[in-house]
Amino acid sequence: MNMNYTTEELAFRDEVRAFLDEKLPADIAAKVKGFRHLSKEDHQRWQKILSAQGWYASHWPEEYGGVEWTPVQKHIWDEESCRYGVPRSVPFGVNMVAPVIIKFGNEEQKQKYLPRILSGEDWWCQGYSEPGAGSDLASLKTRAVREGDHYIVNGQKTWTTLGQYANMIFCLVRTNTEVKAQAGISFLLIDMNTPGISVRPIITLDGEHEVNEVFFEDVKVPVENLVGEEDKGWTYAKFLLTYERTGLAGIGLSKAALSHLKALASRRIKNGRPLIEDTTFSQRIAKVEIDLMAAGISNLRIIASVEGGGMPGAESSMLKVKGTEIRQSINDLARRAIGPYAIPFVEEELNHDYDGEFLSDENAAPLSAQYFNNRKLSIFGGSNEIQKNIVSKMILGL
Amino acid sequence: MDFRLNEEQQMLQDTVARLVRGEYSFEKRLEFSETEAGFSVDFWKQLSELGLTAVPFSEELGGFGGGGVEVQSVMTELGRGLCLEPYLQSVIFGGGLIDHAGSDSQKEIWLGGIASGELQAAVALQEPQSFYDLNNVETRAEKKDGGYLLNGRKAVVIGGHCADVIVVSARTSGDARDSGGISLFALKSDTAGIERRVYPTIDGSKGCDLLLNNVQVDADALLGEEGKAAEVIEYQAGRAIAALCAEAVGVMEVANELTLDYLKQRKQFGVPIGKFQVLQHRMVDMMSELEQARSMAILAASVADEEQSDERRRVLAAAKNVIGRSGQFISEQGIQSHGGIGMTWEYNFAHYAKRLIMINHQLGDDDFHLEHYASLLQAG
Repeated sequence: MNMNYTTEELAFRDEVRAFLDEKLPADIAAKVKGFRHLSKEDHQRWQKILSAQGWYASHWPEEYGGVEWTPVQKHIWDEESCRYGVPRSVPFGVNMVAPVIIKFGNEEQKQKYLPRILSGEDWWCQGYSEPGAGSDLASLKTRAVREGDHYIVNGQKTWTTLGQYANMIFCLVRTNTEVKAQAGISFLLIDMNTPGISVRPIITLDGEHEVNEVFFEDVKVPVENLVGEEDKGWTYAKFLLTYERTGLAGIGLSKAALSHLKALASRRIKNGRPLIEDTTFSQRIAKVEIDLMAAGISNLRIIASVEGGGMPGAESSMLKVKGTEIRQSINDLARRAIGPYAIPFVEEELNHDYDGEFLSDENAAPLSAQYFNNRKLSIFGGSNEIQKNIVSKMILGL
Repeated sequence: MDFRLNEEQQMLQDTVARLVRGEYSFEKRLEFSETEAGFSVDFWKQLSELGLTAVPFSEELGGFGGGGVEVQSVMTELGRGLCLEPYLQSVIFGGGLIDHAGSDSQKEIWLGGIASGELQAAVALQEPQSFYDLNNVETRAEKKDGGYLLNGRKAVVIGGHCADVIVVSARTSGDARDSGGISLFALKSDTAGIERRVYPTIDGSKGCDLLLNNVQVDADALLGEEGKAAEVIEYQAGRAIAALCAEAVGVMEVANELTLDYLKQRKQFGVPIGKFQVLQHRMVDMMSELEQARSMAILAASVADEEQSDERRRVLAAAKNVIGRSGQFISEQGIQSHGGIGMTWEYNFAHYAKRLIMINHQLGDDDFHLEHYASLLQAG
């Protein structure tokens, strides 16, 4: 049993810290830490810096421009980047479609798409969920019919995160209706500028525009945009979902959010004293900090188990449930910490260039909105109910 | 023992229910929320024409002489419609403070108008540092020129942006958290020196912070005895808590109805998702929470107009604690049962969820009332 980093891993951590000290733009870090809005340009500016360092596609094979960090190195990066306020990479290109293209795509697709993901030329979004296919993803209905050199795509995708910025979408489409649901699905790469595609915003309960509906009406997609084999898309989709799931526990993000909460609770006053000294509130913080401590070690145990290669199993589903519950608890406490000031919604204070007086606390404005927005954590990436089904089936054999 | 409403109370509740059903569709509410007032001036007028804004006031004031149960009947239906009108702020709380502490002439000036809906009141009792403790008052009122000079800041005054009269607490003596030395003033909203920072609230309403900079008022703005307002405030806040609990029950009722409908309609894996046991049990828990909340709202309504006592204090603290917890449970579990659709602006559930969470931030959250209740625990 050894829970310490090796000398090499410590050296790597120093290297990460030195890089972030030097290269992370202060304005971007301030926005991330203050939960303010990031523009598309902010994401792109940071991506360029990260690409120049060679760290953008950290888990890709070296031949495509990756660095193949070990799971522990990746973990160190996650922890440090959350601590520093590094913007989260928009995952759809680099973390989701790229591993699928690398593993199942042909050489031409690799040569075409991977460099454009690295350079930021392509912004990808995900076409998985449909209005009638959420937790039951395999029931999707978007149809792709082969006609000569093209597929003709008709249907609708939903919950497409940041689809308003994207120029490419990877889609699960039905190419065969004769076989059982999972067996008739294909994985298509589609240019968002193709005629017949329209994007409609979905405004969420906090007034934000983050997700979209994407409509396909007789959209012509060249057959060379099919990844792997026709009707085998479900295999690729599941492979992608395991990638998605491993990051969803958000341990690093919870640590950053907890530290933010403690700073906030030190500034807020209850009964004439800092809120963090209040018995009730400090016990609430302590409880979530303890839960996070345990989840952090669970996370390390999973990382250590795949240090020699492979993907984590259903344990990561358990961690997704715990991790999202912890982050939601932290958001709940942050909202509670500002008392009556949870009620006003001072949207202008969310802008990065806001220079007026803050209504209550410099970080109060986003807290209620963030609490509501992060109810999504237990819904997306496979709802927590679905994760429990996976654990029940795969680990318990029930 | 009979928990049913009497005929008159039932008629009252049906009247409000009909009005809300007819006038307060979800789409209209979104429009009302966007107006300058942040609510429907027309709907407010309709409430008053039916005499509903007069419900808690005495018959001499043109009122209905209603008590906790009558108020409960109105508030629950307003809750079902997520109504944005300042019934709680103006009729119950603001009107209640003036009715309780005011002189005959002050009542004459304000209460007739409040009861008829022509005047709108707001209450400004909280401050940036007060964190739900209404005895935590730093705003000062000094005697000057035969009247008072007010300085300080009042926080999160719902409806304060468009009220005609604002009931403000200020300290005429004592230290920041003393219960003694707090006084109440009825401020005309156009008094010189009142500055407002107006904002929308996250649950669709509007409010403001009030900055009082050398606000000079006449002696007759003082409501009740100088320095003795803490008891009045505590008592009237108790009435407002009971009303807010009733509103919360209405909000929870609809939240649960929407969730249950969705469980029956939404199909995944070839069946309505309500066939899955985990969702069935969750829905049962949501229903049990609602029933706990309903019981406490009934109990709170029954003590709202009773004489002050530790028993009344305990009941109201317990009710607000239960409402806070059950409201959060129903809000969160309801969103989870809906999935993504429960988080969208276009679907009404999310707005019910937001109101439930914000009710917990009004007049003390579940932690605040748990602590208060604990401080009043009786020995076994």
